[in-house]
Amino acid sequence: MGLETAFGHSYLTTRLDEAVNWARKYSFFNYPFVTACCGMEFMSTFASTYDISRFGAEYPRFSPRQADVLFVVGTVNEKLAPVLKRVYDQMCEPKWVVSFGVCATSGGFYDNYATVQGIDKIIPVDIYIPGCPPRPEAVLDGLIKLQQKVSKESVLDRKYR
Amino acid sequence: MNSYLLETIRTKFPDAVLETHAFRGDETAVIRKEALAGVASFLKAELGFDFLMDLTAADYLPRDPRFELVCHFYSSKHNYRLRLKCPVYSDDATVVSLTPLWAGANWFEREVYDMFGIKFEGHPDLRRILMYDGFEGHPLRKDYPLKKRQPRIPHRE
Amino acid sequence: MTESKRTELPKNWDLEKLEDGRLLLNMGPSHPAMHGIVRVLLTVQGERVVNSDVEIGYLHRGFEKTCENVTYNQCVPYTDRLNYVSPFINNVGYALAVEKLMGIETPSRCQYIRVIMSEISRITDHLTCIGANAMELSAFTVYFYLINAREALYRLGDSAAGGRITPAYTRVGGLTRDLPDDFKTNAAEAFKTVRKNLSDSDKMLTRNRIFYDRLHNTGHISKEDAISYSFTGPALRSTGVPLDVRKATPYLVYDRFDFDIPVGSNGDNYDRYLVRMGEIHQSMRIVEQALAQLPDGPVNHPDFNVILPPKEEVYGNIEALMAHFKLTFEGVKPPKGEVYQAVEGGNGELGFYIVSDGTGKPWRLRVRPPCFALTGALSQMIKGGYIADIVSTFGQINMIGGELER
Repeated sequence: MGLETAFGHSYLTTRLDEAVNWARKYSFFNYPFVTACCGMEFMSTFASTYDISRFGAEYPRFSPRQADVLFVVGTVNEKLAPVLKRVYDQMCEPKWVVSFGVCATSGGFYDNYATVQGIDKIIPVDIYIPGCPPRPEAVLDGLIKLQQKVSKESVLDRKYR
Repeated sequence: MNSYLLETIRTKFPDAVLETHAFRGDETAVIRKEALAGVASFLKAELGFDFLMDLTAADYLPRDPRFELVCHFYSSKHNYRLRLKCPVYSDDATVVSLTPLWAGANWFEREVYDMFGIKFEGHPDLRRILMYDGFEGHPLRKDYPLKKRQPRIPHRE
Repeated sequence: MTESKRTELPKNWDLEKLEDGRLLLNMGPSHPAMHGIVRVLLTVQGERVVNSDVEIGYLHRGFEKTCENVTYNQCVPYTDRLNYVSPFINNVGYALAVEKLMGIETPSRCQYIRVIMSEISRITDHLTCIGANAMELSAFTVYFYLINAREALYRLGDSAAGGRITPAYTRVGGLTRDLPDDFKTNAAEAFKTVRKNLSDSDKMLTRNRIFYDRLHNTGHISKEDAISYSFTGPALRSTGVPLDVRKATPYLVYDRFDFDIPVGSNGDNYDRYLVRMGEIHQSMRIVEQALAQLPDGPVNHPDFNVILPPKEEVYGNIEALMAHFKLTFEGVKPPKGEVYQAVEGGNGELGFYIVSDGTGKPWRLRVRPPCFALTGALSQMIKGGYIADIVSTFGQINMIGGELER
C-alpha cells in the first residue's frame, strides 16, 4: 500500500517493522466495550493499584475511530451482537481485539437462549484472557501477550482495507 | 390461622378470593384475575399498601390455569407484606394493568409480557423490554427450550 | 419477514432532525456514561431533553431460566453476577430465601459472618458508584482514591471467600468456609485505608463548587413519585423516606447493631451522593460491632441433608458418604411452596421469590432487582434537564447491568 511494499522482504523492511511495532505496542489506545462483571476488574486494572499505564495502554478512547485495541469486557448477548460488530467495523486498521473474561471468550457458564457463545462468532479475536472475571494480573499478562504478538508482525503482512 | 389482613380481604371480596394461606409467614391471597384492579386499589387506598414491590409471573405447565401472576405489596406505614396471586389461563392470557395505580408497574409488566406473553389491558406501552423485536416466543415459558437461540446477525464460521 | 426485522440494527441509530427544531439523538448502548448496555433515545430541543425512551436488555443473559435447570446450590455462582458490585449481598439474600423455604436457621457465627460480608459488599458498591460517577464528571483523582479503598476491601473478601468479585461464599445452610484467623486485624487495616481515602475524597467533592453544581437539583424526583415507581434504597432515602429493610424487617442479626440510616430531603443527585457517603460510614460501624461480637462455633447447619458433610466424615462414615452423594447429585430438596425474601442490597430492596415443586431444582426463581425500578423512572428524572445531566443522574441511579437485566 505504502512505500514499504516497494522494499519487499529486505533489510529495510525488517528495520522498519521493528520501529513501527515498537511504537505500536507501547501506545495502545483502547476502546473498552464494557458490559458486565468483568468491568469491575477492568476498572481495577486501570486504577492506581495495578496501573496499566506502566505498559503504555492506559488511555481509553471512547470513539472506535481513534482506538487500536478493542477490549470486549463481559458477556455479549444476541441483542448486543450487532452493536459489537458495528463498533469493530468502525475501527481503523491496524486493530486488535482482546476478549476479556470467559463470557466474551466462550459464553462462560451462560449457555442459554440469550448469550453469544464467544465473541469470535461475531468478530476475529487476537488474545483471550481467561477468568471469571480475570484478576488484574491476568489482564496485564494478556496485554503483554498482545505486545509480543504485535512485535512479531510485519508491515507487509497486514491487509490495509 | 388467617390473619386480620387476609380476613379483611376475604370479607371485602367474598367472590373474588379463591384461597388464602400463610406459608412460612408469607401471607398470600389467591384471587380471580378480574378482581385484581379492585383488590389492588383497595389495598392501596384503604390498607396502606403504598409499594408495589414486585410483579412477576410463573408458568405451571401442564397445569390448567397455566400461568400465575404474582404481585408483592409492601406497606411502609404498617411494615407489612402481602402477596396476591391470580391464576391466568393460557387461552385468555390477559390481565388488567396496574400502571394507573403504580407507575413502577409499567416496566414490571413489560417484562412479564416479554418473558411469558401475558398481555396487560390498559398498559400505555406494551413492548418487549429485554429481548429484541423479531424474537419469537417467550423465553421463560416452560416449553421454550433453554438453548434455542435466535441470532440477530449471522455468526462467523 | 421476522428474520429481516431481527437482523436490522435498532431503529433511529443516527441523528435525525424532526420538525420544529427538535433532534432525535441516540445515546448508547456503547457509550461510556451509559455503562455499555443501556440505550437512551432522546428527543432534544437545543440542550434540553424533551422526551426520552430508555431501552434495556443488552445484558440479558437468562439468569432465571438457567436457574430453573440447575440445583439450588449451583445457583449460587449465578447470583454473584447479579449485582457484581456487591456480590455477597446477593449470595446472602439467595441463601436466606432458600433457608426460609426449608424452614431452617443457620448457626449464629454464620449469621454474623454473613452480616460482615454483606456490609463490606455494600461499601464496595457505594465506593464504585461514587468513584465512577466522579470520574464521569471528570474528578479523576477521586476515582483513584476510591478504587484504592475498594482494592483493600476486595483483598479482604478474597482472603475469606477466595474470590475478589465473584466469591460464591454462601451455601444453603452455611458458608463455603470460615473466616481466616487474621481477618480481624486485616479488616481494621483495610478500614484505615478506606477511611483515609474517603476523607480525602470527601474534601475534594462534597463542597466542591463544580461537583455540587453538577449534582444539586439534577435528576430530581419527589417522594410520591419515588414511592409510586417502587424506589427503594439510597434513591428512596434521598427523598426523605427512611425505609431500610435492615431496620424495618431485620433479617440475620441486624437488630443487634447500633447504626443510623442516612436520609436526604431533596431527592436530587446530591442527596443521593450524601446518603451513599453516610452509608459507607454506617456499614463500617456495623462491621466493627459485628467483629467485636463475633461468637465462636460452627458456621454450617448441623444437618447433612442440607449441607455437605466435612471431608473426614465422608471418608470415615457411611451416612456422611451417602449424604455427600445425594447432595451432590440431587441437591437440597426444599418442601413444596413459595417464599419471598427481601434483603437490603446496595441499591435497595433485593428480593428473591422462589417457587419449589419439591425437587432439587427451583421451579421458578425470580429476582426483584432494585435498580430495575430506578431505571424505569430514568425517563422522568432526566426530562427537562440538560443532556450533560443525564450522566450524573444515571451515575447516581447506580444501574448495574447484571441485576437490571439478569
